[in-house]
Amino acid sequence: MSANSNSPASPKSLWLTIYATCVYAFLYLPIAVLAIYSFNGTGVGGFPPKNWTLSWYRILFKDDAIWNTVLNSAIVAAIAVAIAITLGLLAALALDRANFPGKALFRRLVLLPLILPGIITGLSLLMLFVAATMKLSLLTITLGHGTALISVATTEIFAGLQKLDRAQEEASLDLGANHWITFWRVTLPNLKVSMIAAALLVFTLSLDEIAVSFFLIGRSNTLPLEIWSRLRRGITPEINAISTIILLFSIALILVWYRLRTRTSNEAAAVLPSTIQGEQA
Amino acid sequence: MSALLSIRNVVKGFGNRAVLRGITLGIDSGEFLTILGESGSGKTTLLRLIAGFERPDSGEIWMADERIDELAPYNRHVNTVFQSYALFPHLSVFENIAYGLRVQSTPKLEIPKRVEQALAMVKMSDYAQSSPSRLSGGQQQRVALARALVNRPKVLLLDEPLSALDANLRRQMQTELKSLQREVGITFIFVTHDQEEAMALSDRIALLRAGTLEQVASPREIYATPATAYTAQFIGQTNLLKAQIRNGFASSSGMTWQAAASQVAPASLPASDDGPAKSNPQSRTEANSPSNATFSLRPECIHLADTSSNAANNAVRFAARVTNQTFGGATDLLELTLSDGRTLRARIPSRGTIEGPTQFEFSPQDATQVKDSEPN
Repeated sequence: MSANSNSPASPKSLWLTIYATCVYAFLYLPIAVLAIYSFNGTGVGGFPPKNWTLSWYRILFKDDAIWNTVLNSAIVAAIAVAIAITLGLLAALALDRANFPGKALFRRLVLLPLILPGIITGLSLLMLFVAATMKLSLLTITLGHGTALISVATTEIFAGLQKLDRAQEEASLDLGANHWITFWRVTLPNLKVSMIAAALLVFTLSLDEIAVSFFLIGRSNTLPLEIWSRLRRGITPEINAISTIILLFSIALILVWYRLRTRTSNEAAAVLPSTIQGEQA
Repeated sequence: MSALLSIRNVVKGFGNRAVLRGITLGIDSGEFLTILGESGSGKTTLLRLIAGFERPDSGEIWMADERIDELAPYNRHVNTVFQSYALFPHLSVFENIAYGLRVQSTPKLEIPKRVEQALAMVKMSDYAQSSPSRLSGGQQQRVALARALVNRPKVLLLDEPLSALDANLRRQMQTELKSLQREVGITFIFVTHDQEEAMALSDRIALLRAGTLEQVASPREIYATPATAYTAQFIGQTNLLKAQIRNGFASSSGMTWQAAASQVAPASLPASDDGPAKSNPQSRTEANSPSNATFSLRPECIHLADTSSNAANNAVRFAARVTNQTFGGATDLLELTLSDGRTLRARIPSRGTIEGPTQFEFSPQDATQVKDSEPN
C-alpha cells in the first residue's frame, strides 16, 4: 500500500504535480507574460502576441528621460548601500559583542523597520524632513532608503558574526595584535561575504523601492516612480522592455549572492571532515 | 623567584559558579607541565587566565619579575595553540604563520626566513601556499604549532590540541610534540583530560579537581604515591583498601601489614620511598586507639604467591577466588574476591586460566596511604 502511494504514477503524486505547476504558474506566468510582450509588435493588447520585434528596446535606448531615472536609482541605491552597511555593521557588532542595558530593546528597534509598512516609514520620514525644513530631493530618498534598510544589513551581518569562530580573534590577540588590528585583519575579512551579500540585498531592495520613495520624492524621479507615473498615462511595451532588463539584472545579482553563500558554507564544510580523517603525509 | 611563571592564589568565578578556588603553582623554565582534569575542573579557565583572555577575580600571575595578570593578551610573551586550532581561513599557511611577526612589526626581510624555519620545524614546508581549509586535522595542528612557536614565546599554552585527532595520529603527534619541546626548550603548559597523554608527555602533572589542585608531581611520583584517593583513581587503576591502623599495623579484610612510618603521619604531598620502616616510632596520639585509613594498591602490585616457599620480606599473603579473568596480551587482569566478599583487581603476567582458591601477595611498601577525598 505505502509503496504504491509513493510511486510516481499514483493519483496522489499526480495531484501534487498539478498543484505544484499551478503554484509556479501563479508566481511566474505574469513575469513571463511581461517579458514576452516586450517583444510584441502590436503593443500590450491581443493574445497571442504577433509580429516579434526589438523596436521597443530601440525606443527604450533612445529614451533619455528613463535612463536619467535609472541613473538616479543607481546613485540612490549605491549611497543607501554605503549608509546601511556602515551603520548595519556597527549595530551588528554591538548586538553580537557588547552587553549594555536595554540591549533587547535596541535589537527590536533596529530590526523594527523590517516589519514596519513602507507607508509608515515613508510618512514618518517625510514629517521629519519637513520639520527639519529639508527640501525633498534624491538626497531625502537616499537617506530614507539608507536608514530603512539598516535593519536588512544588520540581520545579514549579524548572521555572519554568529558564524565567526571567536577563537580566531583570540588567536589574533594572542599573536600580538591589538583589538583594532584584529578587527581589520581578522574580523572584517571574515565578514566580507556577509557584507557583500548584505550590499547586494540592500541594493536590489533600494532599486525597486516605491512606498518610502513616494513620500520623499522631489523633482527627479527614481526608476520605479517613473514607471509608475508613465503607467498612469497608458501602458506601452517600452515599460515591459525596461522591466525585463531590470528583471535580468536582479536575477544576476541574486545568482552572485547565492554563489557567495554556498561557496562559504562549502568551505566551512571542507574543514570538518579533514579533522576526522587521518593524515596522508 | 626561580619559577618562570608563578600563579599565586588565583580565584576565578563566572557568575555564581566558582571555577578556580585559589590556585598556586610555579612553573619552571623549559618545563613540560600538564594541567590534567575532568571536564569542568577549571583547566581551560586556568589556561585562559595565563593567556590573558580572562582576568582573575583575585590573586596574581607573574612571569619572571613582571606581573602579567593585568596585561592584555597581546602584551604577554605567551602564545596559545587552540583546541579548534583557530587558523585564519582567509590567509594561506604562510601568512597564518607570518601573522604574529607582521603585527609585531618584525623587520620585513626577517619574516620569510623565520616562517620557513617554523614550517620546516613542523615538516610543513611543502604546504606554505595552501589554504588551511585544504589541510587535514594533523596538518592544521602543525600549522597552529608553527604559528605560535614562530613568535618565540617564553611559554606555549596548548589547550587539548590533540583531542580532535584519531588515536594513531594522536600518538604520533604526542611523540613529535615531546621532541619538539626538547628541541626548542620553551616551557609548555598542556591542558588535557586524558591521563595517559599526561603521563606520556609531562615533566610534571598538575591534577585539577573542581577548581583546586589535588596534587602536583612528576608522572612517576603521582602514580607511585598518589596523595589522595581521587588522584589514585584518576591516574591509572587502583584498589582502595579501607584499613584500620593500630600500633603501626594496618588491617583490612583479614590482611595485616606494617604501615610505613612516613605513611602513618598525615598523608601530605612529599613522597617517601623509604620502604617499610623497621621499627615504628609511634605517633603519640594513635598509640593504642585504632584509626581509619585508606590505602591505594595498584593492580600490578598484587602477585601470585609462590606457595612452595614462605612469604619473603614480610609480604602480605591472602587467599582469594578469581571471579573474572580478562586477557590483555602481555598481562591478565584478574578480579579477585576475598573471603569477606570484597573484590580487588590484580594485573599479573599472562598465564593460563586460574581456577579455585589461590594465594596472592603484595608487598607492604606498595600500599600507599592516601587521604580520603572529600566529595564535591
